[in-house]
Amino acid sequence: MLKQHPTLRYIVLRAGWYFITFLVAISINFFLPRLGAGNPVDVIMGQIGQGLDTQTAREREDDFLIDFGLAEVDEAGNVLRDENNQPVSTSLWSQYFSYFGMVLQGDLGTSFMNYPRGVTELIREALPWTLALQIPTILFGWIIGNVLGALAAYKRGVFDKVLFPLSLLTSAVPFFAFGLILVYLFGIHWQIFPSIGAYGQGLMEGFNWPFISSIAYHYVLPFFSIFMILAGGQAIGMRSMCIYELGTDYIKYAKWLGVKESKIVYYMFRNAMLPQLTGLALSLGMMIGGALITEMIFSYPGLGLRMLDAIQNNDYPLIQGITLLVTVCVLAANFSIDILIGFLDPRVKAGQRGS
Amino acid sequence: MKLLKNLLKTPAFSIGMGLFLTALFIALVVPFFYDINIATRVGPAYMPPNSQHWLGTNHMGYDMVSLLIDGLRSSMYVGLLAGLIATFTGTFLGIYGGYRGGWRDDSINLFTNLVLVIPQLVIVILISSMLTDGRSLTLIALIIGFTGWTWSARAVRAQAASIKSRDHIGLARVNGSGTVSIVFKQILPYLLSYVFMVFIMQTASGILTEASISMIGLGPFDTVSLGTILNDSMRNEALNDGAWWAFIPAVILVTLIAFALYVINTSMEGVFNPRLRK
Repeated sequence: MLKQHPTLRYIVLRAGWYFITFLVAISINFFLPRLGAGNPVDVIMGQIGQGLDTQTAREREDDFLIDFGLAEVDEAGNVLRDENNQPVSTSLWSQYFSYFGMVLQGDLGTSFMNYPRGVTELIREALPWTLALQIPTILFGWIIGNVLGALAAYKRGVFDKVLFPLSLLTSAVPFFAFGLILVYLFGIHWQIFPSIGAYGQGLMEGFNWPFISSIAYHYVLPFFSIFMILAGGQAIGMRSMCIYELGTDYIKYAKWLGVKESKIVYYMFRNAMLPQLTGLALSLGMMIGGALITEMIFSYPGLGLRMLDAIQNNDYPLIQGITLLVTVCVLAANFSIDILIGFLDPRVKAGQRGS
Repeated sequence: MKLLKNLLKTPAFSIGMGLFLTALFIALVVPFFYDINIATRVGPAYMPPNSQHWLGTNHMGYDMVSLLIDGLRSSMYVGLLAGLIATFTGTFLGIYGGYRGGWRDDSINLFTNLVLVIPQLVIVILISSMLTDGRSLTLIALIIGFTGWTWSARAVRAQAASIKSRDHIGLARVNGSGTVSIVFKQILPYLLSYVFMVFIMQTASGILTEASISMIGLGPFDTVSLGTILNDSMRNEALNDGAWWAFIPAVILVTLIAFALYVINTSMEGVFNPRLRK
């Protein structure tokens, strides 16, 4: 049946491939933290265990061990211990499968530092801030960057001479570098924009004017720190794609035929656009990963700040949970773009059919 | 040689190369003239720049110029080592897969794509956060290098596959040359300029990745790098205290090196791809 439906076949093949990648990603997430010394609970108990009395520390350790499926449990739900009072650990394989089962149910375990709150819950709190910061910024940066890039390629001349090096410079500036300079100049030196948090302190959260305007005010610096760099990068990509398109025969032919200039620009733009879509997918997919450092610099209450906290407190489950989310987002973005390009560009499907 | 002449005629290449060589000079030669001291207090914390200490001191009262030179050296070391590893791995897998084709190519491809879609930063963060002690500069370079080769493998593979069908390759095969000999003698020379460009980009990305990782507190314990300088300044309120000299110079150095490498890469693209020349 798939033979008669190249589109369906293409989608199924891609979906299968991404599913395999997803499984590998989960496995990496599982195995990497376990390659180190012993189990993560030992590490964390070395830290938090010091302030607790033996009884409480033992109970806490048992909770962690059970939570992560690291130890064998008897019928009463207590951790089994051997003659040296060490917990009897479960086999790596059963840990692996219980981790798998938990992840598939959307359960990412319990946070160490925010015990007993769940990782999923912590992520759910932070995620809206990250999305609200990233999605509009990326879309704007992408659109403006592409328009500027196409203009630079088509007009050349002074416009290109100014825009191109400028884009090259902004796209070479690392996110964190630009963010730091913005925070210092506009936030601290001139004090024009707030540079910390997503809204003013002591405001009532909700749908009221002071709160919303404060959010907008706090939005300015993080927005620009991402927007400028992204737009620069997209402009460079679009410029070289357009220069390539302008050299192709169909454009020369259209010019020779005397086709209206606006039409030629439209053709060029549309054909150069396709590869740029991949760029959009990548930015959207890497959004959370890229946002990590921006949010850390601006103390923006999204996933990046959570991640920084988690790293500083050795909160493995939270680090793992966030990195897994980042990976899944990248996979999802790539998958959607694969499908979209499959529909937009018939050559891709033809290539898949094999020749 | 002719290529080099053409490159030197491009102003962008000269600017990029000039910047990069200056950075290399500062990292390698300046320490012979400047007394590098990163372990003793030379003044109060966050002392502003003055005639003796051109860029003031950090939160510990250490000389910023010394820290920056040392940091620059570490960052370039990480970048070059990670760049070398990533370029070698990527080029080898790319050429081998592209030339051999068949199931070997398919499996290399599958593996490359698998690692490619999992973000490098994620893997590097996971590994670094797990290695709580013994995170040396070299180890970080190894981690970055071995997680960052994927896109170069893909890019080189495409190039190798297009060269594969040329006549002289077929001729070499008929003459009984083995795979290794064909790969090194017939394919690699054609790709050298391309591989060099890959190496430049890998180095830039290595420097930036190290800076990001160090900035979030997962950097080396044993040395100063531009990233750890930024991390220190952020954790110790340099921004709020207005001690710009504790982080702006490091930010500018990272940016300039990355910029220099990007410019070199783009200008080479212009020389190799006549369509972009105008």
